[in-house]
Amino acid sequence: MGNQNKTEKPDGKQEFTITVYTENQIGLLNRIAIIFTRRKINIHSLNTSPSEIESIHRFNIVVHETEEVVRKLSRQIEKQVEVLKVYYNTNEDIIWQEMALYKVPTDIIAEKASVERLLRENGARAVVIRKDYTVFETTGHREETDALIKILQPFGLIEFVRSARVAIIKKSDGFNRKLREFEKAEPGDEVIENEYLNKGQRIFTM
Amino acid sequence: MEIEQQALSNPSGVETIEVSGSVAILEALISEGTEVIFGYPGGAIMPIYDALYDYKEKLNHILVRHEQGGIHAGQGFARTSGKVGVVFATSGPGATNLVTGLADAMIDSTPLVCITGQVFAHLLGTDAFQETDVINITTPVTKWNYQITDATEIPEVISKAFYIARSGRPGPVLIDITKNAQIQKFDYGGYTPCNHIRSYRPKPIIRNEYIEQAAALINQAKRPFILWGQGVILGEAEQEFKLFVEKSGIPSAWTILGAGAIPTNHPLNVGMLGMHGNYGPNVLTNDCDVIIAIGMRFDDRVTGRLDKYAKQAKIIHLDIDPSEIDKNVQTTVPVWGDCKETLPALTALIQKKSYPEWLQKFREFEKKEIEAVIQEELNPKSGELTMGEVIHQLNELTQGEAIIVTDVGQHQMVACRYAKFNNTRSNVTSGGLGTMGFALPAAIGAKFGAPERTVVAVIGDGGFQMTLQELGTIMQSSIDVKILILNNRFLGMVRQWQELFNQHRYSFVDIESPDYVALAAAYKIKGKSISERGDIASSLKEMLEYKGSYLLEVMVTKENNVFPMVPQGCSVSEIRLK
Ligand SMILES: Cc1ncc(C[n+]2csc(CCOP(=O)(O)OP(=O)(O)O)c2C)c(N)n1
Ligand SMILES: [Mg+2]
Repeated sequence: MGNQNKTEKPDGKQEFTITVYTENQIGLLNRIAIIFTRRKINIHSLNTSPSEIESIHRFNIVVHETEEVVRKLSRQIEKQVEVLKVYYNTNEDIIWQEMALYKVPTDIIAEKASVERLLRENGARAVVIRKDYTVFETTGHREETDALIKILQPFGLIEFVRSARVAIIKKSDGFNRKLREFEKAEPGDEVIENEYLNKGQRIFTM
Repeated sequence: MEIEQQALSNPSGVETIEVSGSVAILEALISEGTEVIFGYPGGAIMPIYDALYDYKEKLNHILVRHEQGGIHAGQGFARTSGKVGVVFATSGPGATNLVTGLADAMIDSTPLVCITGQVFAHLLGTDAFQETDVINITTPVTKWNYQITDATEIPEVISKAFYIARSGRPGPVLIDITKNAQIQKFDYGGYTPCNHIRSYRPKPIIRNEYIEQAAALINQAKRPFILWGQGVILGEAEQEFKLFVEKSGIPSAWTILGAGAIPTNHPLNVGMLGMHGNYGPNVLTNDCDVIIAIGMRFDDRVTGRLDKYAKQAKIIHLDIDPSEIDKNVQTTVPVWGDCKETLPALTALIQKKSYPEWLQKFREFEKKEIEAVIQEELNPKSGELTMGEVIHQLNELTQGEAIIVTDVGQHQMVACRYAKFNNTRSNVTSGGLGTMGFALPAAIGAKFGAPERTVVAVIGDGGFQMTLQELGTIMQSSIDVKILILNNRFLGMVRQWQELFNQHRYSFVDIESPDYVALAAAYKIKGKSISERGDIASSLKEMLEYKGSYLLEVMVTKENNVFPMVPQGCSVSEIRLK
């Protein structure tokens, strides 16, 4: 997936993707969103979708913050009654995609072969071709979808929209086994396996 | 025919009866052991009140004078009884009047189930009469909330509400029920209490490696210091805590909400933490080598300036809420779990010890504080009356057996500093939110939560005027609470800050009072006002011995300041004695 890591800036902030497994409950989106807004933290991208398990929902939330802040946010989210589990990851830990749509005038596209080449080089795909306009789609990282905006701008880009990020955690083996633990009245250690509860060398040892 | 058969045959084989949603709610409350409801009726909750008409024998509904009074009463009840407080309110203004109490209960972890009526489901979102988006308004100030639009949801939702409110770190739950669901008839198959929700883990699993690390750290410590909070009380772990303190021999100090978990006069109880806490506990926070924080959350009123807080110490933090660990203070050893379980596990691993020299340091600071502050506050020889001497005289009479409910301000700090507590669940105050107007309604609830005990509400002249309408509740329901107004004719705590930090610029803190004795009389409550030192003891005695509610106003000196004080932005070791 190449060059996907935004390196950590001097202020310690970097991009984190928070993955939240939840029950499918009205109002939960608000409950989660206000955890960010209360602390005046901007959500860069938010996606809700079904997960690999029926009835379990999955949120992907992207923020630009320090790890300490993200850890605290994650704990606050996990505290919500209908939230099963929260993970947070840097871009290195995940495979992620965003989709973008671009509407451009068809006549210009048709006339200028260079445009066609540029589109092909950027992995764009025509979704709709009409006399008056054509809609292209690309899927990829922010830099990739951004790059195509710049390219299309001189050719009269009419409309642009980008989706929220969806991400898969490289190391995750899914949620099925964990859910079975959660369903037990006395869950096993499995459920406390928790990145921020294990502070590694920071834990005091004698 | 078909319909009839359907109603009679129940797939689960449980016998069902057809009831309205309203009846189902009341039946569910009874199944949860609800004894008292604090509430106020209105259009959108009328079906529930209509059903309540037939349940007068089984459920004691107290008609309050304002929904804020209702919810504070629910809080007072929960705090003294350890049970879930139950509150009813109607939609719109009834529901919004609950918000302050919800915020207060949220930050002070008080278990409540509030039931609000809502407009018919088909009117939701139409700006119907008395429609407000109660779920969204209350989301940040509830542990959980839910809107019921179909009566069949009632048994399950109410059982979840009680389970969530009281388990783990307790908190307020609000259930909003549309009017159609209250009226709707359905087959009620009985009530099953909830004890598991798959997405909710009220108690983190205890990890023994951390208990071991904590014990090792404690066993090595030279100057360990215990800070305890309300978690000990909420976890009903007072006995486990006492055994831990006594075996460890470690000096222990409390947050305002932790007061009373072990008696005030316990030899290892070294006093109160925080902005107006005791001298030794504040200063020595920056001298100890290991802090054992139990069921407390390092509030900024406790820590003062964070970057100068206990930097030299290793921190062991016991808490049931994992999000509290490292929230404000970096923990060395986190001990997640219910302290009723973690404390005995820790006690088993620690050596029996005592720290006479270290304890002596606390005593030396105490001596300095007595000389500089306490002596003059509790036993002034001349001049106008002090709040401290009133509380001191009260102690002499109650001998630490009373429940003390306080409002917010100088009198609160004085009462919490000087009141003696022999028993747990005896100090009811608005800690985290600092809600003026809390005390009078909370005292009403506190009395229902502990009917055998004496309840004294210590209130300022400012705060009393915020919720004094609840005198009507006290009158109508013949509630025996003792109301002690410490009248300094000022919004004293704000005045103190203006004196100390705003160069005496007293901006809108001068507050007039009505004739409180006449006011009490209007509500058929016996009252008295005093301003002479010689009258304090006898009047308090008269108040305590009086059968029924009693209002005693004590005119105290106007411009007294509460000390010691950790000024905002200062370190705990920069605490001022004057
Ligand atoms: C609802 C509310 N409004 C404002 C405040 C800010 N405040 C804190 S203490 C205080 C003064 C309280 O005055 P009084 O009740 O007379 O008590 P005193 O400090 O004089 O003992 C005020 C206004 C508050 N805590 N709560
Ligand atoms: Mg006052």
